[in-house]
Amino acid sequence: MAKTMQGSPKTKVQDKIGQLTDSVQGSQAWNSIFRPGSIFRKGYSDSPRNRSYVIMNSVLYHLHPVKVKRHAVKVSYTLCLGGLSFFLFIVLTVTGIFLMFFYRPTAAQAWDDIYTLQTSVTFGLLVRNMHRWGAHLMVLSVFLHMARVFYHGAYKAPREFNWVIGVVLLTLTLLLSFTGYLLPWDQLALWAVTVGTNMMGYTPVFGSQVRFVLLGGAEIGTDTLLRWYVLHVLFFPFITVIFMAIHFWRVRKDGGISGPL
Amino acid sequence: MTEVPEHLLKRAKAARDKSAAAAPEPAAEETAEAPAASSGGDSRIPAHLLARSKSAKARKAEGGDEPAAESGGGTATAVATAPTGGTVVAAGGPPMAAGPGGHTQRLLTVVKAGSIQDVKAKPQDKVHVWPHLIVAEFVAALACTAFLLFFSWFVNAPLLELADFNKTPNPSKAPWYFLGLQELLTMFHPMVAGVTIPGMGIFLLILAPYMDKNPSNKPEDRKFAVSLMTLFLMFWAVLVIIGSFFRGPGFNFTLPWIDGLFFEL
Repeated sequence: MAKTMQGSPKTKVQDKIGQLTDSVQGSQAWNSIFRPGSIFRKGYSDSPRNRSYVIMNSVLYHLHPVKVKRHAVKVSYTLCLGGLSFFLFIVLTVTGIFLMFFYRPTAAQAWDDIYTLQTSVTFGLLVRNMHRWGAHLMVLSVFLHMARVFYHGAYKAPREFNWVIGVVLLTLTLLLSFTGYLLPWDQLALWAVTVGTNMMGYTPVFGSQVRFVLLGGAEIGTDTLLRWYVLHVLFFPFITVIFMAIHFWRVRKDGGISGPL
Repeated sequence: MTEVPEHLLKRAKAARDKSAAAAPEPAAEETAEAPAASSGGDSRIPAHLLARSKSAKARKAEGGDEPAAESGGGTATAVATAPTGGTVVAAGGPPMAAGPGGHTQRLLTVVKAGSIQDVKAKPQDKVHVWPHLIVAEFVAALACTAFLLFFSWFVNAPLLELADFNKTPNPSKAPWYFLGLQELLTMFHPMVAGVTIPGMGIFLLILAPYMDKNPSNKPEDRKFAVSLMTLFLMFWAVLVIIGSFFRGPGFNFTLPWIDGLFFEL
C-alpha cells in the first residue's frame, strides 16, 4: 500500500515528461529544425540504418560521406593532421573574434588595448595565449600534414590538384600568421615585420611597389597596422575558407583519403 | 512508342539478312534435323540450348498426342483438345510466324554477365563514419584543445614594450617560420634569399605531383622522391633551427648554451 502511494507520483512525473517530450517533438517548430529521419526526431538506437541517418540528416554530410574505407579511420595513417589544422583554424576564428572586441588597430591604441586585455579582461590573457600558440601550432600542423601527404604519395593521380590547393593553403597559413604578428604593436612585432617586409621589398622589377602596397606607405606605421589588421581578420580568412572548401570537396571527389602503402 | 536507335535497326537488319541467307537450307530439310543444321550455320546459338529446345519440342509433340488419346472418355473434352493438339502439331511444322527450322521462340543472344554493365567497383571494406570516424575526430579535437588550453594556462604569449622606431633590438628576428629565409640572407643577396629561393620552393612544391610520374606510393619504390623531399624539409628545418637558436646579436653565430637564447615566439 505504502509502495503504491510512493510509486504513483513518480510515474505521474514520468508521464508528464513523456507527454512534454511528445508535444515538443511533435511540434511544427521542432520538425522544421530537424530533417525527417534525424535522430532528434525519431530517437537513436544503434543499427546500421541509424548510423547512416546520423550523417545523412546532419550538416556533417557536407564534410563526410556515410561510410569511409576502413583504413581511413586508422589514426596511425593520417595522424589527424589535416583535421586538426581545420580544427585549429576554427579555434583561431573563435578566439580571434573574442580578441577583436577589445582591439583597435591604430598605432596609438593597439599596444594599450592588448595590455588592458591581458590585465583587466576576464580570460583575456588566456584567450590571447590560445590565439598565439594556436597559430604557431597550426603552422606546424599544416607543415606536418604536407609532409605526411608527401611521404604517403597521396598527391599522385587523381589528387594532384588537391595537393596544389594544399600548397596554396600552406602559403595562406603563413600569411595569416605573419599578418597577425604585427598586431600587438610591440618591439617584437614591429621589427619582425620590418625584417619580413624588407625581404619582400627585394622582389625583382616591382619590389618597392610591393613593399609600398604592403605597408600602406613608405614606412611601417598606423596605416600598415590597419592594412594588416584587415588582411588578418577578413581578407586571408575569407580566401582560406574558400580554398578549404575546395580542398575538402576534392578529398571526397577524389575517392576519400589515399589508400594504405 | 519510343524510337528505336538507328544502330540497333541496322544491327537487326543485318541479322535478318543473315538468317534469310541461312533459311532456305534448313527449310528444305526435315523439321527434326533443322536445329542441328542451323547450329552448324549459325554458331551464335549454343548447341546445348538447341538440344534443349529440340527435346522440348519432342515432348510437346508427345503431349499434343496424349490428350487426344485420353479424350476418348468424354466428348466435350475431346472437342476441346482436338484443336489444341492440332495447333501444337501445326506449330511443329513451319507456320507463318515461326522462325527458321520451325522455332516458335528464338534465342536472340546470350548476354554474358558484365558485357552490358561493366562493374568496375569491387566491394570495399567500409565502416560507418558515425561512430568510427566521428569519435576519432572528436577525441583528436579534444586532445588538441586540452593541450592548447594547458599550454596557454602556463605559458604567456610575449608582449614586449611598445613599438619604438628609434630602438632597434639586437638581433631583430622575423617570425620563426621565416627565420630560414633570414638565415639565407646571411649567405645570399636579399633578392635571392627573400624572393627567388622561397618562390622556387613553392613552385617546386606545386609542380611535385606533375613531375613525379611514378605511380607507386610504396616507400621502397620511390626512394628518390622520398630522399629529395626529406632533403628539402631538412634544409628548411636546419635553417630555421640555426636562425632561431644559434643567432645572437648582429645575427652572428652563437651557442645557446653559452650566450643564452635570442628567440621569441
